[in-house]
Amino acid sequence: MTEGTPPTRIPAAGVPHARPAVAGRPVGGGPLLRMLPSSSYAGLSFRLVERSVLLYSRAWLVLVSGVFEPLFYLLAFRVGFSSLIGDVTGPDGRPMSYVAFVAPALLVASAMNGAVYETLSIFYKLRFDRLYDAVLATPMGTLDVAIGEISWAVLRSGLYATAFLGVMAAMGLATSPWALLLIPTALLIATAFAAIGMVCATLLRSSSQFDYIHAVVMPMFLFSTTFYPMSVYPPSLRWLVELSPLYHGIELARGLSAGTLDPTMIGHVGFLAVLAAGGLYVASRRIGKLLLS
Amino acid sequence: MSRTEAGFDDTAVVSARGLKKRFDSFEAVRGIDFEVARGEAFGLLGPNGAGKSSTMRMIACTSPRTGGTLRVLGMDPQTHGPAIRARIGTVPQTDNLDMELTVRQNLQTYGRYFGLSRAHVRDKAVELMEFARLSDRADDEVQPLSGGMKRRLAIARGLVNDPEVLLLDEPTTGLDPQARHLLWERLFRLKQSGVTLILTTHYMDEAEQLCDRLVVMDGGLIVAEGSPAGLIEQYSTREVLELRFHPGTQTRYVSAVEDLAERVEVLPDRLLLYTKNADATAARVSERDVRPLSSLVRRSTLEDVFLRLTGRTLVD
Repeated sequence: MTEGTPPTRIPAAGVPHARPAVAGRPVGGGPLLRMLPSSSYAGLSFRLVERSVLLYSRAWLVLVSGVFEPLFYLLAFRVGFSSLIGDVTGPDGRPMSYVAFVAPALLVASAMNGAVYETLSIFYKLRFDRLYDAVLATPMGTLDVAIGEISWAVLRSGLYATAFLGVMAAMGLATSPWALLLIPTALLIATAFAAIGMVCATLLRSSSQFDYIHAVVMPMFLFSTTFYPMSVYPPSLRWLVELSPLYHGIELARGLSAGTLDPTMIGHVGFLAVLAAGGLYVASRRIGKLLLS
Repeated sequence: MSRTEAGFDDTAVVSARGLKKRFDSFEAVRGIDFEVARGEAFGLLGPNGAGKSSTMRMIACTSPRTGGTLRVLGMDPQTHGPAIRARIGTVPQTDNLDMELTVRQNLQTYGRYFGLSRAHVRDKAVELMEFARLSDRADDEVQPLSGGMKRRLAIARGLVNDPEVLLLDEPTTGLDPQARHLLWERLFRLKQSGVTLILTTHYMDEAEQLCDRLVVMDGGLIVAEGSPAGLIEQYSTREVLELRFHPGTQTRYVSAVEDLAERVEVLPDRLLLYTKNADATAARVSERDVRPLSSLVRRSTLEDVFLRLTGRTLVD
């Protein structure tokens, strides 16, 4: 990304009249600029990420505290459950320890949680802080806002996923080099959930309606083959599980963690990518509908 | 660029023809024509609900028009929103400052939204805090600032991209007199430096102080246009006699005095008699045994124009 205009002189009288030479198109961009409608995208979305970084640079402890939650989960499984549950059948048909089975699922589940809750804070910025009203008075458009906010949620989730993977490796749970791909998997699932979370944030009318989100996220966490394989479900129920975006993330992560790659992974990636793109588009449209009426 | 399109003045910063805004079944702006020249201070006056804010939002490219044509800096807001917004500044009616950031961070972050470089916004923030007299609050949170300070910060923020046009929606509503005068002085300095000002207000003193030219809006239409002095001359008499009565009793005296003035305006606690010579009218009022609590002779102001054009006039 290129930087903006060079610093102009400061007028002595204190009256700001130095005028940077602004071209017809604001600075920033990338390939998206040529593909998207100019009225909703100015290629400045990362300026909003900068704002989040600025905020959290003063509250970095809040960020770090998020690393601990998945750690506690892993410890609980390592210390507790693994003594009760023996080996299970892994994605490649060979036996694996239960902790190694659950760990990649927990990694993507925590990426999902991080993304959903981060994007729900958009509700407050939208309804009470009126942040986006101010942002949309600048060259930035609705798609800049959506991409910026989703990017921040994804970055935050990525940070946690990296810490999580580090702990998995330290516990000897990530043995295949493919496990490194757990990070992009977590980023993909975070993008999909952040995009959907942002759409939800624009649809909510009061903070008490956050309960609806919990009511969806919680069962998704429990039933998306997080703790047991798909074979547990009767075939007539499997389609329901397959609708869960988290399921697709977990299948990807579990396969990569064990180093077992198969062609169905393309389908999982496709499902999540379509969800992410669709959510992004709808989120941008919703922001426009609410604020640019 | 569509500058050369027929019917649009090259020098006009804003140019509207038959501009309309409809929200579902409610038509907020019902077809207005106006132009704002470069360097001018242009006012939109009108009662609440007249369509001023809707017009401002359309100029600011944050609300699509539903009819007519609009050009801002020669471009169509519908197709060149980001390019137009890069060159204008906006000060909204209700402050939407970033409450999670300090004064300085508000200016810097906002400058970054315009695609400006870090070094540029760092210097710009210092310069603008000086301008808005907020330098000693630079690293304070925004929340505890007074209303006047917040409004000054909002104006400073609107200047972060060195706009050619500054849009101000009711810039001094809710401020105390001192804060208003300081703001007016700063806005006057901006005008002197060549920034085009477009503002809405329902304070007539503000319009007289700041505007070279203004339009009066009512019910989504422009009902008058001109300079403050020109409007007074056209729509009011030279002088006004104000007769104050106990609230509620003022209507009883209308029939006794209405033939003494060109026009009588009934307010809740007083009658306004529009006349060429208010002293002479006052003498004739007392001849008729009308005894107000107090009376006042004054020159016509824009407020009288406003009452005439948007209020309910009894005698026309």
